[in-house]
Amino acid sequence: MSQIALDKLRERFGASILETHSAFGDDTAVVDPAAWKAVCTFLREDPALDFDMPVDLCGVDYPNRAAVGRMEVVMHLYSISQKHRIRLKARVGDEDMDGAEIDSVTSIWSGMNWLEREVFDMSGVRFRGHPDLRRILMYPEFEGHPLQRTYPADRTQPLVPYRTEDEAGMPLNKLEPFGYDEGMPFGRQGPHPRAEDN
Amino acid sequence: MGDVNRSLTLEGSEQGFATTRVDALLGWARKYSLFAYPFVTACCGMEYMALTSPRYDLARFGAEAPRFSPRQSDLLWVVGTISQRQAPVLKRIYEQMMEPKYVLAFGTCASSGGFYDNYTTVAGIDKVIPTDVYIPGCPPRPEAVMDGLMLLQDRIARNERRPGVVKPRLDPVAEAKALVQIRKSAKDPREVLPAIKTEEARSLIERGGGTK
Repeated sequence: MSQIALDKLRERFGASILETHSAFGDDTAVVDPAAWKAVCTFLREDPALDFDMPVDLCGVDYPNRAAVGRMEVVMHLYSISQKHRIRLKARVGDEDMDGAEIDSVTSIWSGMNWLEREVFDMSGVRFRGHPDLRRILMYPEFEGHPLQRTYPADRTQPLVPYRTEDEAGMPLNKLEPFGYDEGMPFGRQGPHPRAEDN
Repeated sequence: MGDVNRSLTLEGSEQGFATTRVDALLGWARKYSLFAYPFVTACCGMEYMALTSPRYDLARFGAEAPRFSPRQSDLLWVVGTISQRQAPVLKRIYEQMMEPKYVLAFGTCASSGGFYDNYTTVAGIDKVIPTDVYIPGCPPRPEAVMDGLMLLQDRIARNERRPGVVKPRLDPVAEAKALVQIRKSAKDPREVLPAIKTEEARSLIERGGGTK
């Protein structure tokens, strides 16, 4: 679909385009994080490309890829006039998420403001030059970034202290049919770590 | 219905009065004047809307009047998922209600967190506030909710604060086991379908439906 965009990017930015691939009409360019903003500006302003719609921004954590950058920032763009799409990726951060920084593109697409806040909140990527980089989904008291793979799956951070059995004057075990094993603990293998309390 | 004009004579007294205990009288009065505060946060709200529609007629239970101030209500309906961020709000609403106050957990998420077993969801509102009745279901059918409401009324009338759970009419695990048993014990594959139909009819009668 937008092979033209990949060709233009390779021609213009050369070594800053680390790799590209196209599969079934999905075109992806992996970009050097240092060139992130320049690439985005080019995609927005080139009249033949004209990517005027920021579709999505998210962070994908690959803890075993710390050598090239553990957190992948993925951006999807669409051009309303040219009717084509592109996916950009940039890999940032070492295994402790140090140096997980990238330029903000809110000056190019103002719609990226909240998306960048979401990626900061969930994945812990800091966006340089963002006008208001605060958490957007979690509460300010929340520690850590829940979509990092190193965040413990069963860690909760309650804002109000949970009731104790003394306070309630009755056992607070889950009543039938509610147990720790009900529902769908997605991607969790074996018994629940808290199952022995039940 | 029909005999609205029938006059009722109270037994045990020639003067026409009855004796009772004060707490029983209070319980009887409270049970039929539950003023509801709907705390609706998620998709169960659609089923709550169905429930409060004329088709299900909550007025039969004296619980149809919503009050959008916790200070005027007795019954807190917690309808939907409660996130950690929302828990302080829920607790504050609960604390503003006047005694005696009752809490009803509508749906699996409010009862136990449901499948949201993660960093952002409170695993059941009883972690934060005392809860009287739990109604499982995703979402529960209005019939299940009315079961829960009647369960609560029963508890109120008996002045008992032990939590109660609405039992599902159909136990999916038992049902699945029965079907597996049929499939295993059938010698001829053609026996399976009639046997399942017989089992379904039997199970329906056991649950109080169908024709005997």
